Amino acid sequence: MDFSFTDEQETLRREARAFLEERFPAERVAELADSDEGWDPASWRELAELGWLGVSIPEEAGGAGLGFIEEAVLLEELARALYPGPYFSTVALALPALSPEEQARVAAGEARWSAEVDGLVPDLGAVDWVVADGAAVRAQGHVLPTMDATRRLGRLAAEAERGASVGAIDRPRLLAALAAEAVGIAQRALEIGVEHARTRTQFGRPIGVYQAVSHSLADTYVETELARSLAYWAAWCVAEDDTQADVAGAAAKSFAADAAVAACERAIQVLGGIGFTWEHVLHRYYKRAQWIQSFAGFGAVLRADVARAVLEGGEAAELDGAALAAEVG
Amino acid sequence: MDLRDTPEEAAFRAEVRAWIAANLPDELRGHRGGAARFEGRAMREWSRRLSDAGYSGLTWPREYGGAGAPYSHQAILFEEIARAEAPPHIGVIGLGMAGPTIMAHGTEEQKRRHLAKILSAEEIWCQGFSEPEAGSDLASLKTSAILDGDAFVVNGQKVWSSYAHIADFCILVARSDPNPPSKHQGMTYLIVDMHSPGVEVRPLRQITGEAEFNEIFFTDVRVPCENVLGEIGEGWSVAMTTLLHERGTLGFALTTSLEVAVRKLLALVRERNGHDPLVRDRVAREWIQLQALKYTNYRALTALMQTGIPGPEGSVSKLHYSESNQRLTKLALELHGPEAQLMDGETGGYWQYQQLRSRGNTIEAGTSEILRNIIAERVLGLPRSR
Ligand SMILES: Cc1cc2nc3c(=O)[nH]c(=O)nc-3n(C[C@H](O)[C@H](O)[C@H](O)COP(=O)(O)OP(=O)(O)OC[C@H]3O[C@@H](n4cnc5c(N)ncnc54)[C@H](O)[C@@H]3O)c2cc1C
Repeated sequence: MDFSFTDEQETLRREARAFLEERFPAERVAELADSDEGWDPASWRELAELGWLGVSIPEEAGGAGLGFIEEAVLLEELARALYPGPYFSTVALALPALSPEEQARVAAGEARWSAEVDGLVPDLGAVDWVVADGAAVRAQGHVLPTMDATRRLGRLAAEAERGASVGAIDRPRLLAALAAEAVGIAQRALEIGVEHARTRTQFGRPIGVYQAVSHSLADTYVETELARSLAYWAAWCVAEDDTQADVAGAAAKSFAADAAVAACERAIQVLGGIGFTWEHVLHRYYKRAQWIQSFAGFGAVLRADVARAVLEGGEAAELDGAALAAEVG
Repeated sequence: MDLRDTPEEAAFRAEVRAWIAANLPDELRGHRGGAARFEGRAMREWSRRLSDAGYSGLTWPREYGGAGAPYSHQAILFEEIARAEAPPHIGVIGLGMAGPTIMAHGTEEQKRRHLAKILSAEEIWCQGFSEPEAGSDLASLKTSAILDGDAFVVNGQKVWSSYAHIADFCILVARSDPNPPSKHQGMTYLIVDMHSPGVEVRPLRQITGEAEFNEIFFTDVRVPCENVLGEIGEGWSVAMTTLLHERGTLGFALTTSLEVAVRKLLALVRERNGHDPLVRDRVAREWIQLQALKYTNYRALTALMQTGIPGPEGSVSKLHYSESNQRLTKLALELHGPEAQLMDGETGGYWQYQQLRSRGNTIEAGTSEILRNIIAERVLGLPRSR
């Protein structure tokens, strides 16, 4: 049993964080989010050069031949920086449905993809193709006004051109990716809250001495760490194609998304008036947290899946211990 | 990252599982815990069997009667104990607090005298820290230990001391310097024989109706100097070792206990309200909370095995466990409908007992408020509130 990242994975995280902090500081993210296009297409080339687009794609196809754990690390860091661009849509959502040739094009930065989920397509305006109903559909349609302007949703046009048939999206992988993103969001919201509580003075003392403030941040820390554990568990299950991947994905996404939303809400409260402004970056984290919460099922929807697994499904058998007792004989 | 057992861990798991199947008496399976543990010999006998098999001091060094096994084995043992709904070793305070503190600060003589007997449940220990005027603010304690020749003379009162009524020894923190330069100085940590003249124990009845914790009165109790643990006057730092272990190693024990509770809850739901979507949502939530605790402990375990230092996850686990257990036991009662009030219902008062007992979880071993202070100040670096 080893529940830690390798040195290489830690290095990847450090490099990703450094790159994103330099290239996508809060002001730049805000500028891009408020622009018509919503992102900087030139950044895609940079991600391709960093090798981030082909992390889990085999080396023969121009990828790095790594796995989903490395992708989860990147998804967490990209969310922490609120990177506006179709990385999630391409890598987390569409990639598993694509042919090896098409994956090679993704790794090379030559094709951007998304997928249709519940009738909505994330980043529709920033991708070339969409996985919809088992087919590749050209990204033609309408981008809709979306709360989270860094990840706009769109609808395919009825007459959008249909191309070759493709595979299906991988739901546990999608859920694990969203959980990893939620951890990045919660962590950043916590840092913003803590920084403010340390420096803002009222009644002659830093507000962090007041327990109504500090305990709410402590709660965010606890929930973020719990969410982190679930998200990494789910990522590992996906990477290893473990039988628990389904239930782990549902558990991790439902818990982590709720934790991220709560983390942002507590941070807004701790910041006071400034936390309620458009100018401060916090509302953008809040909106991403809510985006994550709503995509592919709110908590209650996912918990219904978990309930089925633990009350009637494979998890129930595991918990019953019947199989195990037989094994021991 | 690999969450599977290594071949060596898998072999150990199989061994433990088979051992429990062969050795756990039926009447102890699913035992509700509490004071009933001390009735009769069954629980002591089970603890001794655990110890004889080498399972009680799994991570303790061999020279002190332990098995010198890695922490991962400890986790596996606890998981298997939970799966079988077997009760833990009876010597909670000896194993979790006194033993590790003696190993860290004790003399060879103290280690030889006590460690093996803690493992075998021959010695039951209690913890004399809290006082009527010193709870969360432990350093304001007043019980005195004054040096007189070759012994300290102890006078004062301790309170909320679990198992003191059956304990053979007490880990006691007392004030040896009545006028210290600061309140964290001038304390001495003592091993007190509970059978010494001048020790009087009065059980206190708890919210559950049972008496598991006690008041202890010390009147001119002579404690030989050889029973000082650590240096004279350095009691506070020795006490911090105890608390570190209390919260640090607690994670697995808490996961075990929550895992048993979730298993029983799921069985209850299947039996009674399996189709109610609101119930299903709540029970799924509890299962998820358990996984969150379990995998947080795995992360803590890996960090501990790699660095040797327990991380801040201990406080996270304790906070999370206690609140989960309180929510879960209330849900279990709710599933009983109007019969929730009946102590002799078909589950024999099991959930009624667990629900009431769970209110202590957010008070014992550091209240939730104190744990939040610790996280805020030591982990997040916020300014001190006091
Ligand atoms: C079941 C059980 C078993 C126990 N077993 C033992 C044992 O074996 N040995 C032993 O020594 N003790 C034991 N205790 C005692 C336990 O450690 C204390 O009850 C605990 O430390 C709180 O102290 P107190 O009861 O004096 O409450 P207080 O410290 O007076 O606290 C009362 C309330 O004030 C809050 N509070 C206090 N200070 C602060 C602060 N700075 N910031 C915010 N809130 C604060 C607390 O969180 C609590 O809600 C046990 C307690 C229980 C319930």
